[in-house]
Amino acid sequence: MDFGPYLLLASLEGAVLAAVLSLTALGLSLVFGVMRVVNVAHGEFFMLGAVASWFVATFVDETLGAPAWLGFAVALAVAPLAVGAFAWAADRLVLERVGYDPERTIVATIGLLYIVQQATLMGFGPDARPVQPPFNHRLALPWIEWGEEGLALYWPWGLSTTSYKLFVIAAAVVLLIAVWLVLSRTRLGLVMRATQFDRETAQAFGIPVDRVFAMTFAIGAGLAAIAAVLIVPIQQAHYLMGGDPLLLSFIVVIIGGLGSLRGTVLAALLIGMSDGIISVFFSPTLAKILATLLVAMVLVFRPQGLFGARPA
Amino acid sequence: MSENVKKSASGGTAKMETTATGAGTSSLLTRRTALKGLAGLGAAGAGLGAMPGFVPYIQAQSSAPIKIGFQVHRTGIGAAYGRWYDRVTTAAATLINEQGGINGRPVEIVAEDDGTDPKRGAEVVEKLATQAGCDVAYGTLFSHVVMGSAPRAGELKIPYFVVSEGHHVASGALNRWTLQPGICDVKSQVSAMAPYITSTLGKKVTMVYPDYAFGHDHRDSLVPAIQAQGGEVIAQIAIPPTETSFTKYFPQIPRDTEVLYHVMVGPAVLTFVKEMGEFFGPSRPEIFGFIDSLEATDLTNPGLEYLDGTYFWEGMPRYAQEGGPQFDAFYREKVGCDANGASVSDPKDISTYAHMFGCWETMFVIKAGMEAAGYAGPSDRQKLIEAVEAMGEMPASEMHPQGAKIFNGKTHQVFGPQYISKVEGGKLVLQHTAPIEAGMYPDEVDYTTMSF
Repeated sequence: MDFGPYLLLASLEGAVLAAVLSLTALGLSLVFGVMRVVNVAHGEFFMLGAVASWFVATFVDETLGAPAWLGFAVALAVAPLAVGAFAWAADRLVLERVGYDPERTIVATIGLLYIVQQATLMGFGPDARPVQPPFNHRLALPWIEWGEEGLALYWPWGLSTTSYKLFVIAAAVVLLIAVWLVLSRTRLGLVMRATQFDRETAQAFGIPVDRVFAMTFAIGAGLAAIAAVLIVPIQQAHYLMGGDPLLLSFIVVIIGGLGSLRGTVLAALLIGMSDGIISVFFSPTLAKILATLLVAMVLVFRPQGLFGARPA
Repeated sequence: MSENVKKSASGGTAKMETTATGAGTSSLLTRRTALKGLAGLGAAGAGLGAMPGFVPYIQAQSSAPIKIGFQVHRTGIGAAYGRWYDRVTTAAATLINEQGGINGRPVEIVAEDDGTDPKRGAEVVEKLATQAGCDVAYGTLFSHVVMGSAPRAGELKIPYFVVSEGHHVASGALNRWTLQPGICDVKSQVSAMAPYITSTLGKKVTMVYPDYAFGHDHRDSLVPAIQAQGGEVIAQIAIPPTETSFTKYFPQIPRDTEVLYHVMVGPAVLTFVKEMGEFFGPSRPEIFGFIDSLEATDLTNPGLEYLDGTYFWEGMPRYAQEGGPQFDAFYREKVGCDANGASVSDPKDISTYAHMFGCWETMFVIKAGMEAAGYAGPSDRQKLIEAVEAMGEMPASEMHPQGAKIFNGKTHQVFGPQYISKVEGGKLVLQHTAPIEAGMYPDEVDYTTMSF
């Protein structure tokens, strides 16, 4: 394949990864920013979203006999809510009980990780299960070439994407804008930002910090779950699928700056695109090596992240 | 005396009566009554032996079960295979027990999950050998787990029967305690497929394979096999077995590829095959795959329509059909598969039909080997290895439903027929059966010269 079309294909693949990653990492970043909790179980919320999506879609499609797009639509609405409710309960039952102490919450979320993963293995089984996409058309993409008669369009072999992959990118953009609007324009966003800024003063002003925390934890998990619902028609739901998103989310959040929405999205774009492009032209291992190296560099030279505020 | 002891082993009340008789007649002590009395004591001893916590020594050699330690991939990337390896093994053990067991002793399967993890694999072998007291270890599929576990089996001196396809047994990389008598290795499979690929599909081959031991066997075997047929492997694309997204690899496929050769494993195989179809669109080359890429996966999944007209290697044809293996129907019924290779209880639960026959056949090889060796306990393990090494030809039968086989005692590897199927209307239709000889290659090792 020629260089140009090859690069376009790699960028498209990278964009899908970046879209999913930005949503997942945003959830992680939000939880850390507001609650100062390093949620090691975040990848499992992603996995739960995919598994819930499979259960909902299978129920709607097979038991109720509805078409595939309806199953997907219902899953997109129900799975994040279900995972969010689960996270809310986990916050109330576990994180609040350990007083949001940084060390203890890390250990508690590691425990949560294994409980969720093994419970899924017992209930859902070890198989990878597919969810049908609501629509999926192969779109051959053209490329411009300088031919004998000037510029000409042609359709290179293999240069294509699918309508569903484009939908994933678009949906992620819409959701990111929605999250930004919620954080900057609504009362919920205001109390979340106030809690992030100074927990004690917020409490002194009558903000119910514990409820804000539970809500934030639920929203963070819900974002991971939405990302999973979007990706599961491309990949499949599997009980071990939470590992990669967790690692990549941490990389993104460290590079972007913990708690910074703008930094998280830009870092997700950077990591997603570079992972797509580097693994196409060189090797996926090299992409991971470079991403990890970047994390190390950021931690050494700019520990607050590229866009994070330096702690006072 | 021996008769009395035998009797005593059969039931508790009989022992008590014998003892009573012995005590009652001992007032006038003759040689005869003394012997009777002794027999009674012996019987009481045997009765104690049957109590929990006692080691029933006489019984152990007569009717205690033969324990087959089953290293099974219940979780991890091999889980789909593990589920079916488990079912087939259970079915084989049930049949063996119905037929009277091995050397008159029942067979017991002691299964232990290894998480498809090489490190855990070695621990499982050790646990089966030392804690569970198994006579043999058996059933491992994924080649990296075999590579991780076999050295431990060799150290523990426990016969290790793998069902893995890997070339690692016949290549000489392992040890005298490791055998693969139920399924052909990758080198044999590839040698048997290459003539068909080059003569029917094309001479310029690009291969896509998983980047670990099993995939490396494909890589190392395919190039010489295709060259020997006058063809050429023009690109080799390695994909990590934990990869979940594949489109980014496909641009490495050269445009002048005539045949795309693919083999993939793990939970993401469906994504792999789907994205391959999306990449090629309407202008695909000829495609020859190993069914591993779609094992345990429904061929009627949306997105797989493009596979119509492509070819697959199958260890054993998934769909029941004319011209399939002679004893297929018997085996299919015993392992609980329908004519489409799915579970009879759930048509969506697709089996790993092309591989799992290896478990069935290996179980019967273990049985035949133990009977030939007069296997009575772990002290006869060496005799068991020697008996299996001496096996040679195995005719097609209910015990070898995939077809007739030849076991090479020197390389510890079995050779058998291979099947090539074409996807037609969402089903795999048998096109060609490669004979045993097509998969033969010169020995690379002689394990029989190695010490135990």
